Parts: sequence; C-alpha cells; structure tokens
Amino acid sequence: MSAKHDYHLVNPSPWPMTGAISAGLMTFGAANFFNLNKNGESLWMGLPAWWMAALGFIGVLVTMFLWWRDVVSEAHDGDHKPVVQLGLRYGVILFIISEIMFFVAFFWAFFDFSLFPRAVTAIAPLIGDFSEIANPNARGIWPPEGIHTFDPLGVPLLNTLVLLLSGTTVTWAHHALLEGNRRAFMWGLGLTVLLGMTFTGLQALEYAEAAFGFTEGAYPSTFFMATGFHGAHVIIGTIFLAVNWFRGAAGHFTEKQHFGFEAAAWYWHFVDVVWLFLYVAVYWNLFSQLSAG
Amino acid sequence: MATASADHHDHDHAPGFFARWFMSTNHKDIGVLYLWYAGIMGLIGGAVSLVMRMELQYPGLQVIQNLPIDAASGHVWNVLITAHGVIMVFFFVMPALIGGFGNYLLPMMIGAPDMAFPRLNNISFWLLVPSIVLLILSAIVDTGVGTGWTVYPPLSVKDPNHSGIAMDLAIFSLHLAGASSILGAVNFITTIFNMRAPGMTMHRMPLFAWAMLVTAFLLLLAVPVLGGGITMLLTDRNFGTTFFDPAGGGDPVLFQHLFWFFGHPEVYIMILPSFGLISHIISTHSKKPIFGYLGMAYAMVAIGVVGFVVWAHHMFTVGLGVNVEWYFLLATMVIAVPTGIKIFSWIATMWGGSISFTVPMLYAIALLILFTIGGVTGVALANATFDFAVHDTYYVVAHFHYTLSMGAVFGIIGAFYHWIGKMSGRQYPSVISHIQFWTFFIGVNLIFFPQHFLGMQGMPRRYPDYNDAYAGWHFISSLGSYVTFASAILFVFIVFYTIMFGRRVGANYWGEGATTLEWTVSSPPPFHTFEELPVIEKDPNHH
Repeated sequence: MSAKHDYHLVNPSPWPMTGAISAGLMTFGAANFFNLNKNGESLWMGLPAWWMAALGFIGVLVTMFLWWRDVVSEAHDGDHKPVVQLGLRYGVILFIISEIMFFVAFFWAFFDFSLFPRAVTAIAPLIGDFSEIANPNARGIWPPEGIHTFDPLGVPLLNTLVLLLSGTTVTWAHHALLEGNRRAFMWGLGLTVLLGMTFTGLQALEYAEAAFGFTEGAYPSTFFMATGFHGAHVIIGTIFLAVNWFRGAAGHFTEKQHFGFEAAAWYWHFVDVVWLFLYVAVYWNLFSQLSAG
Repeated sequence: MATASADHHDHDHAPGFFARWFMSTNHKDIGVLYLWYAGIMGLIGGAVSLVMRMELQYPGLQVIQNLPIDAASGHVWNVLITAHGVIMVFFFVMPALIGGFGNYLLPMMIGAPDMAFPRLNNISFWLLVPSIVLLILSAIVDTGVGTGWTVYPPLSVKDPNHSGIAMDLAIFSLHLAGASSILGAVNFITTIFNMRAPGMTMHRMPLFAWAMLVTAFLLLLAVPVLGGGITMLLTDRNFGTTFFDPAGGGDPVLFQHLFWFFGHPEVYIMILPSFGLISHIISTHSKKPIFGYLGMAYAMVAIGVVGFVVWAHHMFTVGLGVNVEWYFLLATMVIAVPTGIKIFSWIATMWGGSISFTVPMLYAIALLILFTIGGVTGVALANATFDFAVHDTYYVVAHFHYTLSMGAVFGIIGAFYHWIGKMSGRQYPSVISHIQFWTFFIGVNLIFFPQHFLGMQGMPRRYPDYNDAYAGWHFISSLGSYVTFASAILFVFIVFYTIMFGRRVGANYWGEGATTLEWTVSSPPPFHTFEELPVIEKDPNHH
C-alpha cells in the first residue's frame, strides 16, 4: 500500500456476505421451525424441522471464526496501528452500549409488571369478560399470587459472589499481562473462564429447580427472559474469554498490544454489572418492595 | 461508475468485479450498493402505494379483491399498508440516507480514507438482503402481515390472520435490519470520533457529519429496544410467554412503549441525514457558508436528545392519564424550538446569497417549505386534546408524509442531483430534471394536501373503503399519486441517462459555494481517497 496514513484499509472479504446469508438461513429456518412445531410437525423436507436454522447457525459460527481469524492475522501483520486500536476500543464500547439498550427492553417489561402489578380482576375487561370486574384499576401484587420465587440469599447470592470473584480474577490476569507475567495471566484468565462456567452451571440448576414454568404468566416471562438473555451473554462472554486463553497460550499477546483480551474483559464486566441489576431488581425485588411501601 | 476515468490516482487498483461488489470493503462502493438497493425498494414501496391510491380513487372496492391474497379485503388492505410502510422506512429511506449518502460522503467530508470498520460496513449492507427477502415473503405467504409497521399486539399475536409464519418472518426481517443498523451506527460513530483529518476538529466538521453522528447515536440507543420488544413478541407468539397478554398478567401497552421508544427516534433517524444534506445544498447554491453553524449542529443534537423523551405522544389515546399526557405534550412541543432554529438558519443562509435555482436547490427549498408544513401539523398534533379528535385519521397520514415523503425523500432526491456528478463524473440533464422536480412537487402535494381535509372531516386511516362524502378529495389525492409515480419513472430515466450519457464534469462543478472536502477530489473520486490525509488549517465555517 502506498497510503501515507496509519488507518487500516481492509482487503475485500467474503465473510460479510457469508455471514448475512447464514443469518438469513438461520432466521428463515427458525420461523419455519416454530410454525411446523406449532402444527405438531417434526419433519421439514424429510429432515428434522430445525435443520435450516441449525445450518444457518453453524454458518454464522464459521463466519465469525474465519472473520476474527483474519482480524487476528491482520493484527500480527502490523495493520493495527495505535489509531486503529483506538477505533477498535470505540467499537467495542459502542457495541456494549447497544447491548445495554437491549437489556433496557427486558428491564422495562419487568418494571412495568413489578411496579404496577395488575390485579387479575382488572384484566377481565381486556379479554372480554365484563361481568367480574369490581375495579378495573385494582392493584395486584408482585410477585403474583401462586409464584414461589427463589430465595435471593441462596444460589442467586452465591452466583453474585461467583461473578464478582470472576471480575477480580480477570483484572488480576490483566495486570499480570501488563507486567509481563504470562504464567499469572494464564492462571487469572483460566480461573475467570472456570468461574464463568460455574455461574452457567449453577444457573442451569436453578432453572431446573424453578417452581414456575416459562409459560405461567408475566413473572416467569420476565424472569426467564431477563435472566436467560443474561445467561446467554455469560456463555458468549465465557467463550470470548476462553478464546483469549487459547490465544494467550499461543503467545498472541504482548504487554503493549492485547486488545482482544481487553475487549473480552470489558464485555465480562458488562455482563457482571447487568447481573447486579438483575440480582437487586428481579431476585431481591427491591424496587417493587419499595414502591409497595 | 464502472468506467475509470483517466485522471485517477496512480494507485487506483480496484479489485475484480466479484470481489469489488460482493466482498467490498470500500465505503464508496458500499454506498453505491446501498443507493441501488434503496432505489429499487423505493420503487417497490411506491408501487404498493400506487395500488392503494387506485383502490381509494373511488368509494367501494375495485382493486384489492382481485389481488391473490385469500383473506377479507380489509386484511388485504392492511397487508398493503404494512408492506408500503416497512419497505419505505427500513428499506428505502434508511438505506438511501444512512447507508448510501452516509457511506459515500461522510468519510470524504471528514477527510478519512474509508470507514473505521470496512468489513462491518459491508455486512450492514448484506444483512439487508435476507431482511428484505423475509419481509417480502411475510407479505405474500399465508394471508400476509397486516399489522402496520407498528406490529402492535394483540393484533400481531392473537389475530387469526397472523397465526401463521408470515408474522414470524416479518419479526425476523426486523431483527436482521436492526442488526444492520446497529453495526452501521457503531461504524459511523467510530469513524467520526477516530478518523477526522488533521485539523478537522468536531466544530469544523461539515453539518452532514454532525447529522450522521446524531443519527448514529439514535440508532445505537433506540434500535436495540425495538429488538427486545419484537423478541418478546416472538416468544409470546411461539413459546407461550405473556409479556403482552393481559390474561397472563402482561400488558399490550408495554409493547407500544417499547415500540415508540424506538419509533420516535426512528423518525429523526430518517430526517436528520436529510437535514445534513440540504445544509450543504443550500449553502453551495447560495454561495454562502451556512448561517449559524454551531447553532445548526447543536440543534440536531438537541433534536436527538429531546427525541428520546417524547415517544408517548404516539399513544395519547391508550389511556395514559392526564399528567403523563401533559408532559408528553410539552416535551413534544419543545422539539419545535431546535427545528425552528434549523429552518430559520437555512433561510438566513439563503438571505443575501447568490442563489442559483438548480434542481438540487429546488428540492432543498421545497423541503424547507413542505417540511415546515409537516412541522406545523406536528405541533398541532402534539396537543393531546386535538390528537384525540384526529388520532388515526388522514390528518396524521398527511402530517407524517409531509415530514417524510417530502422531508426525507426530497432530501434523498435533492442529494442525488447535487452529488451524482461527483459519484459518476457525469452531470444530470438540466431541463428534463427541472420537469421532474416540478411534476414531483405538484404530485406529492396533490396527494397529501387534501388528506389534511379528509382527516379533519373524520376519514380514518387503514380503510380501503369510505363514505361517499370523502370521494372528492380522495379522487384528487389519487390523481396526485399518478403524477408522482410518472415523475418517479422519469427520475429513473434521468438516473440511467445521467450515468450513461451525462455531460462529464470536473472535481468541483458547483464552483466556489462547494467547500467540503469531497469537492477537492476528482469526479468520480479515485477508488481510495485521501491516501495522503488532507490538513484543515482554517475554520471552514468562519470567514
């Protein structure tokens, strides 16, 4: 390149197109799967009904792998000058902001239901039965009657401690990396990955023991959606950290240049903070208790 | 575009055809792809509206019962309005303004060699391809999606017409388009913050760059909330959750909040890039720097910020309570202040200028006039009491078409005429383009001005049939749509004529009024612009 600047002009790449096609297959396949499922059909074109969704998902994963493999090799080729690294920092921060706004939607649903719970009798007019209503604005209770919620001082507290501890181990890893202590870096990062997996395992146990099912009304809807969406982010963050563990083992990081790891750490802290909000708002139910006086 | 002109840069090594257009990492090529895409979608969305106007030309049903959709005519009508709305918003206006002109012009205007994340830029475009496939399928499989672009439950969850796959396809289409927008927003913000040329401080950026910055932040913060909302819609439909189902303790109005928390910023997402573009058009063709540069920039910031706290004015009639309505009424009216700053600053830019009434300038002036009409009806509608009377009538239809069909779209067409010489190296044919402008201007006003009267008389939105009393204005409105569509076809002809046979032009064919950096490079620009970064030594906005 003859360019007299430090920006990185990327070579043409097939991955955007393969990624978009895969995303299209995944969503089209999922829509078909849902509707075949609804009609009680398990086969689609002679294959399990989810085949196209799975194919698209695999395509997305393969695209991500190849795309990021290119990014890593470009970094090794010296394309990531300081200004490009700064751009990557902006990019990751902005992506995390957009993820926060995703969670806003689910917290919005939770606060709508928990701060302004509707009495079951108030619901009747909306579903067409006008005979039973005494007061359409009657206030309900939260959690709704018949829902046995988790004890916030049990496994949820343990999970809070697991995530907070993983926040310290990832910071330990970062400082070790900055000081060139590779052994401590690998230990710190490896422990973070294990703690992430521990969290996911404990959360899976909680789900298995839940006293309410996904389809049993507004509380389970918001509970499983918010914590499930968070859980998915924990898994993504764990994979992100694990990839960086293997990159560390392959000697990819230097004391000066290791943004891939930092991005994973930022993402992990974001997942951690979202959990704290979930813990206080959903498990502890603090705001609903305050508003109910 | 395909032919390279001789005065290109020495290192102008564009890749081969497939790599260039299917694997692109070049902001100008991706911008061109977006513009072609948007143009095709604009014609499809426009054709749908033409069918709608044919139906509404006379009272009674004459067209839609012949369409191959096996459903009641009311539902068929709803499918048409849904397809028209979604295609125009997500697949015409946004790709044209943000993906097209944003990609093409923004890096050049701030003196950057490309976008910050060129590969990400390309997936933003390519995601729109499966997205539109799913959207078109959603209109033609089963009985089609007839919820309007708002996809409100319970209509989108419980209605028998929406029990099939069509609604799920539409939801996934929005997911893909949303992912495209979010990635694009990340890219634009990073480019603007990180890649301005030496000396190009934030307060020296061209106004289009400011417009794109605010737009990108709106996308970044608003689109994920829609994503969450439609994800809950999806689980309500398919997995038995009850987010929006009162029978399970849920709340249909919650969806309206989530939708409009996205939907209101979305209308500024559509208009702010147009504001940015016409600032340059008006300044160039008045041969004066823009009046009140800082005020213009921060007015857009203010519109963006306040735009996030006015959403419930779309929901005045759902029973919010008087205090809440007061708040949203007042907050909404506040938006008129920064918008007024912009309108008057554009007029002040023209004041005392040496104005040449070129086609882009005519489109810009028309936008000022027509957007102001849409703005005035907007202030009227902000009054909850008045909104109660005209909610869901043609008055609202007229209002938002004045702001979008004549705001956003006039910005797109005006920008095409202004920059096509830069993009293709060839200038539009002047006389026929003037005819195109005047027919379009007259056509859209014939369509939409009478709709104010229809709305005030009580004609409701989203009905294929109406009382004979409304026949007169509906007839005129339909005539207007034929004029407009003919003008749009003429525009297509002009596009092809220009890029094939237009007069060749140099780097700066507008002369002294065109001061931004894209006018310092050849027309068309070399494959890679600014391999040596330009240095901005004096403030271009203060002379």
